[in-house]
Amino acid sequence: MDVSMLQRTYTDLLTSLFREGILNQQFIELQQLQDENNPGFVNEVVSLFFEDAGRLITELISNFNQQAVDYKKVDAYVHQLKGSSASIGAEKIRSVCQTFREYYDKNDIQGCYNCIQPLKQEFMTFKSKLEALFALEQQIVAAGGSIPMMRH
Amino acid sequence: MAIETQPQFHVLAVDDSVLDRKLIERLLKTSSYQVTTLDSGTKALEFLGIQDENSENAVSVSPHHQVNLYISFFRKKTQIVLLFCNLMVLIGFTILCCFQEVEVNLIITDYCMPGITGYDLLKKVKESSSLRDIPVVIMSSENIPSRISRCMEEGADEFFLKPVQLSDVSRLKPHILKKSVKCQDENQNQNKSVTTISSPTNNVSGNKRKATDEGICSERIRPRYSAGPVTIV
Repeated sequence: MDVSMLQRTYTDLLTSLFREGILNQQFIELQQLQDENNPGFVNEVVSLFFEDAGRLITELISNFNQQAVDYKKVDAYVHQLKGSSASIGAEKIRSVCQTFREYYDKNDIQGCYNCIQPLKQEFMTFKSKLEALFALEQQIVAAGGSIPMMRH
Repeated sequence: MAIETQPQFHVLAVDDSVLDRKLIERLLKTSSYQVTTLDSGTKALEFLGIQDENSENAVSVSPHHQVNLYISFFRKKTQIVLLFCNLMVLIGFTILCCFQEVEVNLIITDYCMPGITGYDLLKKVKESSSLRDIPVVIMSSENIPSRISRCMEEGADEFFLKPVQLSDVSRLKPHILKKSVKCQDENQNQNKSVTTISSPTNNVSGNKRKATDEGICSERIRPRYSAGPVTIV
């Protein structure tokens, strides 16, 4: 495939992720930390997030399925997930975590419960979009091109 | 590990989140710092050579004398083993020091960590006569004014809101340099560092979480599965 076509697809995808609020400025901060000495930095950090968040969400769902839900434990998981998602710029995930914690503070159990599915959904969306983004990056590099940087 | 011809400042970064450790390491290295990352306050205290009183005697109370005897026998064994290990570490560390200066110019730590929190670490450092001049920076994902003032009162030089950014890291150098000047002058400097709080540009202004915290973090249930929690580069 034509390199400039790949680069255009990449830029379009990245732009849409920002427009849809899936990514925020923090992601650009991460990209700026990546250079020729650390070419895989963003990929590495996002992969760590996939593992971390995947584990936390699994724990969350399993805790919610218990007879007696330990809400303090659940809140701790969400706190960690909020921190991780903020660190990589996963805005929607961070936002759902925040909503959850606001419900938790008000002892609104139903509100908390209603956040779990959206959290899972946002994570799945985030994962598939970022995987597509990284795949495009690989294709661009393989075709001898450079990855376009976004300025926000 | 190559011996640096130009002096590089060495930062000790402490965070139980593997992701945040990766991030702070990159931020610091990009800013030309030498970095050691650790995943707990306990390890930080060990690294700095501060004794943690809490780690030493978990007293188990038993009504049975026999059980007590067993406990004290194993405790003695453990103490001997620990003493031996400590000696080995001390010898190793001394050898290391002969060949290379292991000096920490700044400590940057997450506030909320299981076990010894960043605040506890800050306190221990400031209580230590040999380490109290090392600038300490606290990082937290939560913007809680009482937490921030508590840390600043305890002697923290900066309080960074997460996610930490390059612009935050650029504010570390003056604290390191100020301390090294202070050491040279045999200090008459009475001033506390200016309280500065950074906000990341993308931090949602609607973080309305109640400031219930007086230093108590929500229960951390993070399994330790990171490979090689200590990285020295």
